[in-house]
Amino acid sequence: MTLPAPGIDEIRSKASPFPRRHFLSVTDLDPVQVAAVLDLADLFVALNRQKSKKIDLLKGRTLVNLFFESSTRTQSSFELAGKRLGADVVNMSPRSSSISKGETLIDTAVTLNAMQPDILIIRHASSGAASLLSQKVDCSVVNAGDGQHEHPSQALLDALSMRRAFGRIGGLTVAICGDVLHSRVARSNVALLTMLGAHVRLVGPATLMPTDAARWGAEVCHDLRTGVAGADVVMMLRLQLERMQGALVPSMREYFRLWGLDREKLALAALGAKVMHPGPMNRGVEIDSDVADDLSVSLIQDQVEMGVAVRMAVLASIAARLDNR
Amino acid sequence: MTHAPSSGPVAIQGARLVDPASGYDGRGALLVAEGLIARVSHGRDLDNLPAGTRVIQADGALLCPGLIDLRVKTGEPGNEPKETLKSAARAAAAGGVTSIVVQPDTDPVIDDPAVVDFILRRARDIELVHVYPAGAATKGGLGKGMAEIGLMHEAGCVFVTDADRPIIDSRVMRRLLAYAGGLGVLVAHRPADPWLTAGAVATESEFSGRMGLAAEPVAAETIMLERDIALVALTGARLMVDQISAAAPLESLARAKARGLPIIATASINHLTFNELDIGDYRTFWKLTPPLRSEDDRQALIEGVVSGLVDIIVSAHCPAPPEEKRLPFDEAAPGAIGLETLLPALLTLHHEGRAPLLRLIETVTLAPSRAIGLDAGRLAVGAPADLLLADIDAPRVIDAAELISKSKNSAFDGRRLQGQVLWTMVDGRIVYQRRQI
Repeated sequence: MTLPAPGIDEIRSKASPFPRRHFLSVTDLDPVQVAAVLDLADLFVALNRQKSKKIDLLKGRTLVNLFFESSTRTQSSFELAGKRLGADVVNMSPRSSSISKGETLIDTAVTLNAMQPDILIIRHASSGAASLLSQKVDCSVVNAGDGQHEHPSQALLDALSMRRAFGRIGGLTVAICGDVLHSRVARSNVALLTMLGAHVRLVGPATLMPTDAARWGAEVCHDLRTGVAGADVVMMLRLQLERMQGALVPSMREYFRLWGLDREKLALAALGAKVMHPGPMNRGVEIDSDVADDLSVSLIQDQVEMGVAVRMAVLASIAARLDNR
Repeated sequence: MTHAPSSGPVAIQGARLVDPASGYDGRGALLVAEGLIARVSHGRDLDNLPAGTRVIQADGALLCPGLIDLRVKTGEPGNEPKETLKSAARAAAAGGVTSIVVQPDTDPVIDDPAVVDFILRRARDIELVHVYPAGAATKGGLGKGMAEIGLMHEAGCVFVTDADRPIIDSRVMRRLLAYAGGLGVLVAHRPADPWLTAGAVATESEFSGRMGLAAEPVAAETIMLERDIALVALTGARLMVDQISAAAPLESLARAKARGLPIIATASINHLTFNELDIGDYRTFWKLTPPLRSEDDRQALIEGVVSGLVDIIVSAHCPAPPEEKRLPFDEAAPGAIGLETLLPALLTLHHEGRAPLLRLIETVTLAPSRAIGLDAGRLAVGAPADLLLADIDAPRVIDAAELISKSKNSAFDGRRLQGQVLWTMVDGRIVYQRRQI
């Protein structure tokens, strides 16, 4: 899908103010608001494909990327999004700051708050860390992943990738496969996709499935073949290697055999099914390279591109509601 | 495993058919063709037999599904002087046992699909009875990390267990139940608290106290069983309680079953036959794990078999050569062989009027077959022709030296029993024959 480059006025007119000061969870949005963010993101996709990708919607604003957990793609995605919108972006990571010297999360928040940032983007290994931070600062907080809880911008970019591939989300069958237990991506996606009317299946070994996941509004399945049968989208999740030494899964080879996506298992999905992965991939563990690299089925590269556009849309919407202090 | 079918159909006329699947115990006849049961007649003999049918007159002898024994140890691989898969299969055939499940605590441990495959290939070459491996539940059977349950199941293991070694870590047990349950694989576990059983060689009682034997209380079994029941309730996974042995854990089991939990239990024929006093003058053939319990426990176990609380009876066949048994009691290896004595020992409970024959046969045919998902264990058209014909009244004195098993550590040595297997059939082929037919 290629759109003519949108003008600044078109973007300004579509950047409706975000409904809340913070973006902590996909449940902060309703389906209409999600559609508005995705519509706006579509414009940014077109913009990002231009030679000149800059727009001054966030001119003068300060963005702080506060990543307690190392991340390449999410951090650079937010950084690019901020810079393309004309904001000043500061990256902070634990190794280069006082956080590693024992300062608490709240101390850090108070310190940063005093520097008058406009938007704080936080990634932290503890569930609920973004919410805690949001209660202690005056600026907006965007959750870029809190522990095993939520990763709302990932769910939005996944939704955008699906909407562009299928033209809709409602009615799609999406199989989210693998380590659901430890996945914030899965939690955000289940909430967002079910809100948008997709049929979601959670597929994985019982040891990697949260308690009572069947009550999330998704169907739970302990067999990959059954789980991907007839699915429009097969979303594979990353499995941490340390979880494969017998504690939760017997071995890497058993995991790939039973839960890894290859051509044969993908053939059971619906005709024209697409494969997604939030990255980084463990090739030969949860996904076969043969499938991951096939651009006719894989949306994995699209997801990265959509990531920047969706984050621009989120930041632009949040900026549209920020008042001048 | 498939054996070549015998040449031509075989009819068995005038038998006493005992088939737990249909609940039939009475006169009847059966036709075997192409390795399968082709026709079953309740009451009258079969007529209009196909041309070339060989007819066997059973003269009222018992004809029932071949026995399925879920707990057999051999020494192969790793300790072949004790027992090989071949010697165990020959002993099984002589005992009317047509399917055996070998335990994974061999050397190497059956915790890898390649070893599962090795067992199945050996069994295929031996061509006697069906041999199915149980896979180890944890790597090396050490109770730490899960073994490759999915791959072993694909390769053909019928359930997973760490055999005699309890899985101590509750988190490992929970994950194991969840993981195996999700794959539809049955987990078997012998409940034993590792601290209460440490060093024990007998059950804790007045007798073991007087004898000066290190003993474990029945509570060791009850405690671990209660934990396992709680984990089954948590995970919803199927569990087979391996060798329940006393009244108190039976009460726990009854409560769990009343709650509808997916739990089944086995008991060994030894614990249904003997009590702790059989140890007598420190006789090591009666040193078993779990240890022989009190007479009250044995009686409770028999009642459990009759009521259906105990689902399955196993031989707990555990060969040990003389050098491991001719030792002081607390140094001797535990276990006793049992493949060849399983049927007559079961029949004793029938002859004593303690349990209906149909129920006893069910515990060694249909119940184990259902537990591990086999087609065998029933006298039904289309089922594999795994059968035994036995004279259930024939008196005999067990002589361990005459047993086929490579190790002769039989707890039934010298015991007067009734019941003699006349022949055993696997997939329509006679694999053991007592007399010319």
